[in-house]
Amino acid sequence: MENNESRLSAIWNWLDQRIGLAPAVSLARKKEVPVHKHSIWYYMGGMTLFLYVVQIATGILLLIYYRPSADEAYESVQFLMTDVKFGWLVRSIHHWAANLMILMAFIHLFSVLFMKAYRPPRELTWFSGVILLALALAFGFTGYLLPWNELAYFATRVGTEILGVFPLVGDFALKIARGGTDVTGATLTRFYGVHVAILPAIGFAFLGLHLLLVQKLGMSVPPSIENSGSPKRAMKFVPNFFLRDAIGWLVAVALLATLAAFLPAHLGVKADPFAPAPAGIKPEWYFMFMFHQLKLLPAHILGIEGELVGIMAFALGGVFLFLIPFLDRNAAKGKPSPLFTWIGIAILVYIVVMTYLGFTADPMG
Amino acid sequence: MSESDRPTAESRRGFVNWLLGTSAGAFAVSAFYPVVRFIVPPAEAESATSSVTLPFTPAEIGANEGKQFRFGNRPGLLVRTPTGELRAFSAECTHLSCTVQYRTDESRIWCACHNGFFDLNGRNVQGPPPRPLDTYDVNVRGDQIVVSLKA
Amino acid sequence: MNRNVTAAAVVVALVLGGAPEVLAQDSSDMCVECHRALDSEPLAGPVGHFEADIHAAAGFGCVDCHGGDASIAGPGGMDPALGFIGAPRGEEVIAVCGRCHSDGEFMRQFNPSLRVDQVAEYWTSRHGQRLAAAGDTAVATCADCHAPHGIRPASDPKSTVYPPTVASTCGRCHDDAARMGPYDIPVDQHENYARSVHHEALVEGGDHSAPTCNDCHGNHGAAPPGLSWVGNVCGQCHAVMAEQYGESRHAQTFAALGMPGCATCHSNHEIREAGDSLLGLGDGAVCTTCHSDSDRGGSAAMAMRAGIDSLVSEIEAAAIVLHEAEQAGMEVSAAQSDLTDSRSALIMGRAAMHSFSPDAVTEALAPGREIARTSLEEGQSALQDLRVRRMGLIASVAVILILILALVLKVRQIESGPADSPGRA
Repeated sequence: MENNESRLSAIWNWLDQRIGLAPAVSLARKKEVPVHKHSIWYYMGGMTLFLYVVQIATGILLLIYYRPSADEAYESVQFLMTDVKFGWLVRSIHHWAANLMILMAFIHLFSVLFMKAYRPPRELTWFSGVILLALALAFGFTGYLLPWNELAYFATRVGTEILGVFPLVGDFALKIARGGTDVTGATLTRFYGVHVAILPAIGFAFLGLHLLLVQKLGMSVPPSIENSGSPKRAMKFVPNFFLRDAIGWLVAVALLATLAAFLPAHLGVKADPFAPAPAGIKPEWYFMFMFHQLKLLPAHILGIEGELVGIMAFALGGVFLFLIPFLDRNAAKGKPSPLFTWIGIAILVYIVVMTYLGFTADPMG
Repeated sequence: MSESDRPTAESRRGFVNWLLGTSAGAFAVSAFYPVVRFIVPPAEAESATSSVTLPFTPAEIGANEGKQFRFGNRPGLLVRTPTGELRAFSAECTHLSCTVQYRTDESRIWCACHNGFFDLNGRNVQGPPPRPLDTYDVNVRGDQIVVSLKA
Repeated sequence: MNRNVTAAAVVVALVLGGAPEVLAQDSSDMCVECHRALDSEPLAGPVGHFEADIHAAAGFGCVDCHGGDASIAGPGGMDPALGFIGAPRGEEVIAVCGRCHSDGEFMRQFNPSLRVDQVAEYWTSRHGQRLAAAGDTAVATCADCHAPHGIRPASDPKSTVYPPTVASTCGRCHDDAARMGPYDIPVDQHENYARSVHHEALVEGGDHSAPTCNDCHGNHGAAPPGLSWVGNVCGQCHAVMAEQYGESRHAQTFAALGMPGCATCHSNHEIREAGDSLLGLGDGAVCTTCHSDSDRGGSAAMAMRAGIDSLVSEIEAAAIVLHEAEQAGMEVSAAQSDLTDSRSALIMGRAAMHSFSPDAVTEALAPGREIARTSLEEGQSALQDLRVRRMGLIASVAVILILILALVLKVRQIESGPADSPGRA
């Protein structure tokens, strides 16, 4: 026993001398999480991170069997689902964790928005977070096509078509995105590369920055709590907060497993570029509000193509969201800024309503 | 907490640690078991849809003989011609998709449903089939027969 | 325009190097020279059309059919004394074409595989018989089906005897009520044929083995097929049905009644795709013409239909369960592949019904029913496995819940223990 412990501490010392574990340990020991009535929202970022890790793990497993070509993609996924042991489980978890991750990322974003956690000095944390959300959406969009089934094929065709509405550069951008003028096997390999190499690389960079900033700056306390006197209590990150995080993650695992078993990811029919588009093509739910909004726009607004106006508006909305830390002057000075709270509520309500309308709309309309 | 409670607290702590360790171990097993099973390649080997390795050897099919095999979930027919050549066809009749068979007495491929005949090049030579059978490439690698879609 | 010039050049080239036995049409062909300049379609037209004619390509010219002398300019070349016959009519057409086409020795120089019995066949046809016996020149001769001056082989899509075009070619006369009136022949055959499954296969499916007019009626020996027994024609392709029908009671009965076999139920020209609804006593069933539920034939029809219907629904049921299992990620491709064999049995059962014996149908369907049953069982057992899979899931969720419980206890313990009490300010 004694011997074991001394051996462990010897290994520890050996490592400590070389990579400096002591500062990390003291940082972990010192790290505290404020305890107040909004503390629950501190778990959302960790939950998103956990789901991202699940995505990486299941994604790597899927890579073992997946073949990125128009001839083989569908068949390889079919093989994975039927012949490979637990292939259905891995793919279904990848499918569901993707959806939950994006949902958690949205919840995390809005909780940060409402708690004004983007106030100085945390602007960069916000910027990297918004970029990470955009990357998550790109992950979702590119991953959706990979099984090469009919639904994904047509959703991708509709989704990429939007690029074509831009004047001058539209056709070129469309060609770059699709790897040709239409969605083909070339698009599939392109999306595959983006999904498994480019996005993870960029994602890790921004995730690293995001986490580093969170460690460096600590948890933000909402102004309402701060103004009523600094938080009375705090909780040690290790082990108290971390164990609670772990409980949340386990709940997520249980939920994922249940979803995978009772609502497994379907494969549908293989994409046929020459078949007519089936009725009721729908994008993934997180694109629905944009998709439906574009559908509702008139053909022309002030002589400009309606879709173009819509996309420009969404682009401006994204830029606005990104720049909130600079725009919200009051919050930066520590003053109440109800305007941005209301803007946040308006965005949330708009997204929820549009998504609802999108899913209940007549598919023939 | 009084002094006398100490042992109880101690044993409770021991129980919680035991429960934590055991359930964490069980969880790890239930998480890694599927992963290991997933990584182990399935018995049905590769399912490349463009080729299939037949479950019998070239020696098992004599001249003027035909054998059925599965190409994905569709039937295929391997024929060794009277001159000893191996040829593979889709076994789906081009008329109404019945499964065709090799007729040793005729040295032709025959569909029992409507008496359609195909020659050993897969050409529809008699009866209602409107088109020749789809043909596949046959390659023999040692003891294996590999049938693949025409490039 | 350019193409015509090229074609003409080809003709010229062929002529210059042409076979010595052919009456060569040299470049100074006076027929062509004069007729080309004439301002009348009947007189100038043939010059243009003939350039694409298979005979032009073989080096033949005007005089080979029409007689006369091509080297003499003006009407002098068309002197009957020089053998000029003008536009041949009736029997003359047969004689002109037959001069070469009935001569095996001669034809072998050009197309050794071409038959040389067309004229002999023609005289056996209804057309030929009327021409020979009644001197009826309104009947079709060679040139009515093979467009004169533009004759192309049957394999040429522009040919009037290209299989998908044959029905229209025959229809040029047979669709015309005024022409057919005197013979008391109906004119709806083409219209009916156009709605048939054979027309669809031939014209839309491009399947040239699908029959058109001449496949049943003969081409040069055109005649209505034997009215009481058309089965020999249908049986060319539909061999199994024809054989079974031939041995059935219906074959004798229909023959005795002078009814035309296959066509009694399937019609003659308007042959639609045969569905299960033709059989039995329900709507669209042809058996009801003679049978009712009170006779043995009626109950046999009902029994055969019931057998086929039940296999159809058994296959359907198995396919649904297998599809469900497949969608849920279960491996059922072997069962799905087996199910195709049960579809084969269904098709054989449908063929077997032409024996009009419920026992034969039951026998043909039996293996299919067995396969459908085992496929259904495999599908159901796959779905059963799915339930097992869910049990495994419930077990692992239970493990997770216990772990969560342990963590909750641990957290409580940490936060209640006096030593480890976290930073409570």
